[in-house]
Amino acid sequence: MLHSSGERPPYPRNLDTVKHATETPDVEQPWSELGLKQDEYERIREILGRRPTGAELAMYSVMWSEHCSYKSSKVHLKQFGEKAPENDAMLVGIGENAGVVDVGQGYAVTFKVESHNHPSYIEPYQGAATGVGGIVRDILAMGARPVAVMDPLRFGAADHPDTKRVLPGVVAGIGGYGNCLGLPNIGGEVVFDDCYQGNPLVNALCVGVMKHEDIHLAKASGTGNKVILYGARTGGDGIGGVSVLASETFESTGPAKRPAVQVGDPFQEKLLIECTLEIFKENLVAGIQDLGGAGLSCATSELASAGSGGMRVELDTVPLRDATLSPEEILMSESQERMCAIVEPDKVDRFLEICEKWDVIATVIGEVTEGDRLEIFWHGEQIVDVPPRSVAHEGPTYHRPYERPSWQDALQADDANKLPRPASGAELKEQVLKLVASPNQASKSWITDQYDRFVQGNTVLAQPEDSGMIRIDADTNLGVAVATDGNGRYAKLDPYAGAQLALAEAYRNVATTGAKPLAVSDCLNFGSPEDPAVMWQFAEATRGLADACQTLGTPVTGGNVSLYNQTGETAIHPTPVVAVLGVIDDVTRRTPVAFKEEGQLLYLLGDTKEEFGGSAWSQVIHGHLGGLPPAVDLERERLLAEILISASRDGMIDAAHDLSDGGLIQAVVESCLRGGTGARLVVPDGLDAFTFLFSESAGRAVVAVPRSEELRFTDMCGARGLPVTRIGVVDGAESDSNAVVDVQGEFVLSLAELRTAHEETIPALLV
Amino acid sequence: MTARIGVVTFPGTLDDRDTQRAVRLAGAEAVPLWHRDKDLKQVDAVVLPGGFSYGDYLRAGAISRFSPLMETVIDQAKAGLPVLGICNGFQVLTESHLLPGAMLRNNHLHFICRDQKLRVESDRTAWTADYTAGQEISIPLKNIDGRYVADERTLDMLEAEGRVAFRYLARGEAADGYGNPNGSLRDIAGITNEAGNVVGLMPHPEHAVEPGIGTGRTDGLGFFTSILKKLVNV
Repeated sequence: MLHSSGERPPYPRNLDTVKHATETPDVEQPWSELGLKQDEYERIREILGRRPTGAELAMYSVMWSEHCSYKSSKVHLKQFGEKAPENDAMLVGIGENAGVVDVGQGYAVTFKVESHNHPSYIEPYQGAATGVGGIVRDILAMGARPVAVMDPLRFGAADHPDTKRVLPGVVAGIGGYGNCLGLPNIGGEVVFDDCYQGNPLVNALCVGVMKHEDIHLAKASGTGNKVILYGARTGGDGIGGVSVLASETFESTGPAKRPAVQVGDPFQEKLLIECTLEIFKENLVAGIQDLGGAGLSCATSELASAGSGGMRVELDTVPLRDATLSPEEILMSESQERMCAIVEPDKVDRFLEICEKWDVIATVIGEVTEGDRLEIFWHGEQIVDVPPRSVAHEGPTYHRPYERPSWQDALQADDANKLPRPASGAELKEQVLKLVASPNQASKSWITDQYDRFVQGNTVLAQPEDSGMIRIDADTNLGVAVATDGNGRYAKLDPYAGAQLALAEAYRNVATTGAKPLAVSDCLNFGSPEDPAVMWQFAEATRGLADACQTLGTPVTGGNVSLYNQTGETAIHPTPVVAVLGVIDDVTRRTPVAFKEEGQLLYLLGDTKEEFGGSAWSQVIHGHLGGLPPAVDLERERLLAEILISASRDGMIDAAHDLSDGGLIQAVVESCLRGGTGARLVVPDGLDAFTFLFSESAGRAVVAVPRSEELRFTDMCGARGLPVTRIGVVDGAESDSNAVVDVQGEFVLSLAELRTAHEETIPALLV
Repeated sequence: MTARIGVVTFPGTLDDRDTQRAVRLAGAEAVPLWHRDKDLKQVDAVVLPGGFSYGDYLRAGAISRFSPLMETVIDQAKAGLPVLGICNGFQVLTESHLLPGAMLRNNHLHFICRDQKLRVESDRTAWTADYTAGQEISIPLKNIDGRYVADERTLDMLEAEGRVAFRYLARGEAADGYGNPNGSLRDIAGITNEAGNVVGLMPHPEHAVEPGIGTGRTDGLGFFTSILKKLVNV
């Protein structure tokens, strides 16, 4: 019942056993084809005291890859630990499948953002779908019920023919997989820029909730405990470069070309989720790990490495989809929807029973052993004998050279503040319409309406709100909010500031909805680490992010690095995507973006300066990227957040929207469209209309204040030193046709006109 | 004593926990039912919730219809047991031939999730008595295979017998949730059987039962209060 069916061929004839490897030290091995460097191969021989077997070589090659070992990035990433702020909320930090944060009332929340960029370019639907599947299993493996997903996406130019291939496939893949899992998709981003043309960024985030006592870790300990592989059968998908081994070292009896992109089955994953949660509920596992990148190689070596070190696996017991797979391929396969659990012997029967209930295949494939070797056998013959730490945690570390690129100065000197500005109200009006309709500023509902945002019945806020918000306790109304942000244009101009601005925006977005920011996860998307200019961008961005996390008191709990995002010699803009998680005690106090009530007063919080470097205005109107990004003031961000949270809790504001790309006018238009209202704006003293409307100064938000709360609110801002400027009033309307956004003395735009501009762009480009 | 309302979980069901919550909010007792059991645990009514039962393999609802539990549900529904099928549950009901017609892929070929305006056409079913005929409600819609079709004769019969229970509201702005979202014939969003005990619809009343959650409206709660009142009054 729990075994694979079908005959196993007596395969392979030329099994490269440990014994064979010892006897044949001089066999040529395809280490280079597997992506290993000469010195890395020599180091493997040194660790083992002999040449590696084919299976060992496969394991090392994939575990020592950039993707799994972080060999180029880890010298920089360690700052996230070294500079981590004191934070009582951290329950599990970096290094596990995902970080875990205490959100009160005995609840813990885990969240993480990861990339699936390259697969999504090759095969958009499956690439994006399995990106969702992978991050969901990471969250599940921590012991949590997944409760929401989000997808920060970046594509090439909106009107490029290939975007029409990639984007609909990615969106359908995210929807097809996430919708089928019953996870509300509550936010994310969609950004278009030429730099992502041959290299879209498909990042995926998942949030999970558990009680403190349910936290599970990925480690194998307890001699005699069983190793159980459960979930989908192992197939030939996602093997990638390892097929070199199959074709060169061994006789090839199976299909020659294995697809490098994995294929997902969300139905199987849904069963895996429910089955795993039931297993957790009965406290049946001592350790657990999902199978993602590097498949069984990763799961077995990481579990063993984090535990006492010893594990024995009978690889021929692994249920297969394709009986011709070689042992190397089984070790490398990235077939989706699989988990690996460490289970005490007396709990195995119950474990298997629950799997049977959910129609999930489960197989005991090995056990935890005394000693410190990971030993893998194939039909009784030993093919792997390695110290697991050397595979999983002691991979190579590179101190790659980095250097500020020669063009950086010229780029920064090309000041966007000097670009020609609109000279009249009519010209301002025309540019506002252009911006509101530009692909990056336009409504993304064509995309987000393909995602289920209601399932699970706990969604408080979803896109296009500033952050997604989920209730986690229906009795107390405790909830969490998550926002993801990243602006590659800012980061290109100044990677240090750009990473900080990404954090600042996500932090602000969480606070704008009324939640207190607690912790950070990041997905660092960059070009090739072998390019010193890219490495400099990476070093600057990580330093900027670590410094800002320290100042804001929000530790990085985990995340992912994606390098080699480039087409030929051209790297993408450095794109650190930052996710911030916040907590809100009572979700009924959340602040939405919609302006709904006629007569409410509009206040601008923060300082507006002439800051147009990297702005949406410079991109849309002038096709320009140059100068410096907006200045970062983290103390101001913190103060603004405190004000927004207090105002939300005490009912002083009814709506709030953060100001970011597109500036004030973009935020006001979005809030009006969402609420079906108009607004009258007055340009404040000391500002010109253009700067007032389009500046992208950070640390700002616009809020709608009921008249009864005006004094209390402005007094609070005044007492705490936050600049607050009254800029206008919300106008009521019976319909779009009689509502207007009126920038007094400059121009008037009808809501109908704005809605058409804002909502028709994306469908027109993609349908 | 309150009514016991069974909520079925098939492998791949997604909205079972949400539906149980809606049942409880209405004041009834929610009883989880498992697809492999034949026993309905003496429930007074059954909800088949949304999701992708059996991964929608073959056709949405096609495999679930043959589960041991559905055999009992089909028998008892014919004998008068109130049954509500939501989204995938509606698909199971048509596959089971408890309701006529079928659901095809949406005419635009995309999954669509939005707050949808509906008109309650019939308040004479077990699940709609708390509404008034003609009442307009707004509840979430989220599916990819939601286009209701049937042959002309069946459609005419449904109309003539007053068995079109819900219709998408065609007028108004799409952005406000108006319009036929998927090409369903005659704007049909849901139907009932002749006796009025079996009702199926594509939109999700269980996701519109609490202020501030989901769409923020509670327009869907009436489904659950309707059945509760009917059962308690009996």
